[in-house]
Amino acid sequence: MGLLDRQFDNSNIVITSLDSLLNWARLSSLWQMQFGLACCAIEMMAASASNFDMMRFGVIPRATPRQCDVMIVSGTVTLKMASRIKRLYDQMSEPRYVISMGSCSNCGGPYWEHGYHVLKGVDRVIPVDVYVPGCPPRPEALIEGLMKLQEKVRNESLAKKKLV
Amino acid sequence: MTPQEIADKLTAKFGRTPDVGIEAKLDNPVDPYIKTSPDHILDVAKFLRDDEELLFDFLSCLSGVDLKGKLGTVYQLFSMVKRHKITLKVEVPSETPNIQSVESIWKTANWHEREAFDLYGINFIGHPDLRRILLPYDWEGYPLRKDYQVPEYYNGMKVPY
Repeated sequence: MGLLDRQFDNSNIVITSLDSLLNWARLSSLWQMQFGLACCAIEMMAASASNFDMMRFGVIPRATPRQCDVMIVSGTVTLKMASRIKRLYDQMSEPRYVISMGSCSNCGGPYWEHGYHVLKGVDRVIPVDVYVPGCPPRPEALIEGLMKLQEKVRNESLAKKKLV
Repeated sequence: MTPQEIADKLTAKFGRTPDVGIEAKLDNPVDPYIKTSPDHILDVAKFLRDDEELLFDFLSCLSGVDLKGKLGTVYQLFSMVKRHKITLKVEVPSETPNIQSVESIWKTANWHEREAFDLYGINFIGHPDLRRILLPYDWEGYPLRKDYQVPEYYNGMKVPY
């Protein structure tokens, strides 16, 4: 069952680098903070539901930011909500990642021109790692964004300093 | 009751003097309305709710309007008992937009008047809890007015694209 089954004939010893081991552990269990704001939240729920199942990638939704690795900002970010998003992002513990899902949180979306109350892109308040385009993005697109984030985590190293 | 009969009943009770000012535009197919002056809106509303033949006990919607130079409110009333509906309109000048609150008559008006205050700046006298409902509490300005300018920054965040 899983990656390591039947890999070894006689010995039970695996040799790998600490970086690879830690990165593999981190990317296989990215606990997400369920942060559905608007319509993209429905697609995020659809991605967690049975047809597209994000849980098989290890992505479990948790309600509190203290226990999460990744925050998927899905939906329109209003200026009223933006200060709360910053506060929740500060409460996450490192290593933490942000996926910006949908055009509203990428760049303001359909409200870019006349929306006086919309923050044009969540990257104006928090640093974003992966942008998933779409309005709303299909569940497959969100899962591809998740896999891109996994690629990013796979290439991290303990020795290199990280930009927070 | 047809809108004409409702308007006649109102005119019979309140008169059509320049002081009270009930006018009616009843030949619209969609939305026949009755316009009152803002000082008497509370009496008119109480009469509309309590009179046995009218019995407008349900305020479906209360919206704000910006007509150049004047602000207004539109009340959509419906009677659950008699199954008739009417629209009521009130206009005030933009410099002093004070209207009596009908929250004591129809409780639906509580949040609707807060929304009209939040987006247009119409001051409802007698409302128990008049504060912003959709925008943040420290927002400056009333966005749905025609002469609204989008602010450059709000709490350190750049607003325009």
